[in-house]
Amino acid sequence: MSVLVVAEHLRGKLRDVTRELVTAAGELPGPVAVAVIAKDPAAFDVRLAGVDEIVHVAVDCEEFESDVYRAALEALIRERRPGVTLLGFTVNSMGYAPAVAAKLGLGFASDVHGLAQSGDAVVATRSFYGAKVQAEVDFPGREQVVLLLRPTVWPQAENGGGASTTSLPVPAGASRARHRSFEEQPPGDVDITTADFLLSVGRGVEDKDSLPELAALAEKMGAVLSVSRPLVDAGWMPSARQVGQSGKTVKPKVYLALGISGAVQHLAGMKTSGTIIAVNTDPEAAIFGTAHYGAVADLFDVAEELDKLY
Amino acid sequence: MKVVVCVKQVAALGDEVEFTADGRDVDPDFLEHALNEWDAYSTEAALRIREALGSGEVVAVTVGGGKTEAVLRRCLAMGADRGVRIESPAADPFAIARALASVVERERPELVLCGVQSSDSVQAATGAALAGLLDLPCVAVVTKVDVGGDGRGSAHRELEGGLLDVVDFDLPAVLTIQTGINEPRYATLRAIKQAEQQEIEVLSCPAGEPAYSVRRMFVPVRGEGAEMLSGSPAQIAARIAEIVNERLA
Repeated sequence: MSVLVVAEHLRGKLRDVTRELVTAAGELPGPVAVAVIAKDPAAFDVRLAGVDEIVHVAVDCEEFESDVYRAALEALIRERRPGVTLLGFTVNSMGYAPAVAAKLGLGFASDVHGLAQSGDAVVATRSFYGAKVQAEVDFPGREQVVLLLRPTVWPQAENGGGASTTSLPVPAGASRARHRSFEEQPPGDVDITTADFLLSVGRGVEDKDSLPELAALAEKMGAVLSVSRPLVDAGWMPSARQVGQSGKTVKPKVYLALGISGAVQHLAGMKTSGTIIAVNTDPEAAIFGTAHYGAVADLFDVAEELDKLY
Repeated sequence: MKVVVCVKQVAALGDEVEFTADGRDVDPDFLEHALNEWDAYSTEAALRIREALGSGEVVAVTVGGGKTEAVLRRCLAMGADRGVRIESPAADPFAIARALASVVERERPELVLCGVQSSDSVQAATGAALAGLLDLPCVAVVTKVDVGGDGRGSAHRELEGGLLDVVDFDLPAVLTIQTGINEPRYATLRAIKQAEQQEIEVLSCPAGEPAYSVRRMFVPVRGEGAEMLSGSPAQIAARIAEIVNERLA
């Protein structure tokens, strides 16, 4: 079962998920090849422990463009016939990998957080129904499978290995969705990534009018107020305060989460915090799997009592 | 401009869970159903495009059994012009994309909008798969979209860390819409009543081979998990304050 890893890069830098994919690939039998799709593939060093071959795919765009990557991935899969193709479950991969897998009729699963082998077949573990349950999925009758792996699950592969490099030419086609520029989110009034203590609130807040009292509590406790995505989506708080994959990655000494259920994207942004304390009314909330301390309680009841203590 | 919005009725688990006899899915009695959160945003985005251009049609399409028409009626109540349900047992993103492709081919819209992902299976794959099957361009994870009458559009894609990728695209195209792109409107009571009466077209499509097959489903073992603090809110707060003070010292 040969494995093809597709390297990911952004603004000239190899992304960490590439190293994680190589580690995951090592859990499967068979040689591991890493494909670099880029204008100048040689600019990205993917000589990592466990990589047997590097495949350079030169394309005509500096940054990700979905049509260009689709053509490149399709050529890689058709020419090299890997048993398993691994990509990161990232915003860019979401935009093209399913297109290729669907078109070619391959097996597919995304947000995979566990890999195993059963006989000749690959078995992927992923979550369903708000991450409250997990399932092992396989791909009967499929000789080729494309899997998008959840970032930050596998450790990063170290530099090393004596991989040989080959090239795969891909004819230039039309790019119907073209990268124009990058825009940064506007900076906020406070940098949540440097705070020692974050008081973070989520969907459990339910009402915008409750935010001022929680902001006041944060100030009283000496914490900086941060939020999970739903509060930014609702327009209640600026994105500069958002913790998570599409927001900021934070690592405070203490992360006190009130009314945050713990969506995967949120956990990715705070799971390495020193001490995580979570308060949620749902005893099954996913955040209790990551938190060091948890309490099943109404966040406002606890907030009111905290207010008395400070 | 004609816009097709692909929507899904998602299932959420309550506090308890039991599995089907074969152990490969959750017993349907333990699931609650609703319109996928992302799809409320994509429906709103479609309505705003129609309103901004002053003309056009918004067609809401879903794949599933008769009960899933509830989500189409919600889209109709929000302001969609037509609803189409594709009767199919399809459950994986590729089978759903194949069913949707048959309607998109017939309707020939300038724009297809899907939610980035569904809350119950989080594959984030249906929109891109649909684009791949129909050879349409795909712009994924969109937080802003502008389309003109010139066969082109531009969009912001939200990358990790909140970085925005500004993309120019050709129509027709498939866009996957991220939450927060707009504020989905509430339907008026009157519109909800009218939507109840509206006819929904029903088509059928065989599911075909699924992209994956569930071997077994289970409640994950939580590992160490959190040390749970019990007691009254006052007692919990006291323990939290103690832990905070200790760790910040």
